[in-house]
Amino acid sequence: MKYVDEYRDGALAKGLLRAIARAVRADRSYAFMEFCGGHTHAIARHGIIDVLPQNLRMIHGPGCPVCVLPMGRLDAAMALARDPAVTLCTYADLMRVPGSHGETLIRAKADGADVRMIYSPLDALGLAEANPERQVVFLAIGFETTTPPTAAVVKAAEAKDLRNFSVFCNHVLTPMAMRAILEAPAHGEEAGPRLDGLVGPSHVSTIIGTDPYRPFPERYGVPVVVAGFEPVDILHAILMLVRQVNDDRAEVENQYVRAVTAEGNRIAQALMAEVFEHRESFEWRGLGTLPDSALRLRPRFARFDAERRFDMSSSGGRDHPGCACGAVLRGRLEPWECKLFGRVCTPDTPIGACMVSSEGACAAAWLHGSRSHSPDVPEEVSHV
Amino acid sequence: MCLAIPTLVVALLPDHGARVALDGVEKVISTLLVEPVVPGDYVVVHVGYALAKIDKDEAERTLALLAEMGEAS
Ligand code: SF4
Repeated sequence: MKYVDEYRDGALAKGLLRAIARAVRADRSYAFMEFCGGHTHAIARHGIIDVLPQNLRMIHGPGCPVCVLPMGRLDAAMALARDPAVTLCTYADLMRVPGSHGETLIRAKADGADVRMIYSPLDALGLAEANPERQVVFLAIGFETTTPPTAAVVKAAEAKDLRNFSVFCNHVLTPMAMRAILEAPAHGEEAGPRLDGLVGPSHVSTIIGTDPYRPFPERYGVPVVVAGFEPVDILHAILMLVRQVNDDRAEVENQYVRAVTAEGNRIAQALMAEVFEHRESFEWRGLGTLPDSALRLRPRFARFDAERRFDMSSSGGRDHPGCACGAVLRGRLEPWECKLFGRVCTPDTPIGACMVSSEGACAAAWLHGSRSHSPDVPEEVSHV
Repeated sequence: MCLAIPTLVVALLPDHGARVALDGVEKVISTLLVEPVVPGDYVVVHVGYALAKIDKDEAERTLALLAEMGEAS
């Protein structure tokens, strides 16, 4: 695959590892957070943690849209799915996430609810057109990567004057989540980890560009390097971060220059701004209620807003008491430090969202567990 | 969910559509969200939409830089 295989090249990766090994100073440690769950999985899958110097630690961030969706919103989606008039469409990742009572969309579907797994929001639009007697609701989640496609289908629904299509909008904004991580206190319940640098997301950044990250080095003294998704990209970004730390620099740098610019994708930004406005605040699992951190449809598109079309008063659901997803999402705990990890909670029997999602840190740790970093995990797990 | 893959634009279709190929598999996507593309371009595709065009020159430059770094070490 062009533009994939080159960035998985073993010789390039080895060269970078040698460069990293030479660059790290023995008299200090390095703690970098990869914000995005896609990076978390790539780091685990390619065994990157195991080959990095001992004094360089990678911490996973909250960049997993399924994981940060709070219980109340999930329960509201579950209630919507049970409405006999509704066809609820969503991405695969969300189907198996347990709500307050352990219920999942997949279970609701088995019980007769009309829940559809879709690949693209265009599929939801198509279902609405093909089934005028059904109320088709697109349960939309995701960071800025997934938001412009949602905006595009809302506009298409307006152009087609569809009366039976709406969006349950749960789109969230990366910069506010990064800020929450950087502002987390050092101690106490809500504490965050010490960070020397951030690996910025790949595909969110194709949309928003690198400019929105500029306040972070300026305000918090933490360098940000936007990186591609392949192992060579990630190692390159780690090297760039090590060099910034060593030089006492804190800047935004772009490793993923083949797809990301400073200003981002202007067409997509304009479309998002036309269709969505900022919510005053939004609750995130793990990060709490963050101001200005999520989107809803603008009044012009109110008739496509599921939250206006349906009664969605939610009960404010509770997370499983033993699940440490919140602390895992803040980078405070490693997945295997959760008491339920691998014992009660596995991808087949997930207790929390972080074990379900293809971007969740617990799923990454389980699927690609590295023994050196997870002494508690039964041996057979490490070989998977 | 944010995983997106570089795919080759094979043909342009009406209404901002494009046929793309990935590892021999072809599918139809929308190019509504990017500047005009032509067959031969690579685009990053996510949930049925192209989100960015791959800048071939920048891609070459990154690889050359990394190769040099590897030789020097
Ligand atoms: S291992 Fe399971 S229960 Fe523990 S934090 Fe992860 S998802 Fe929650």
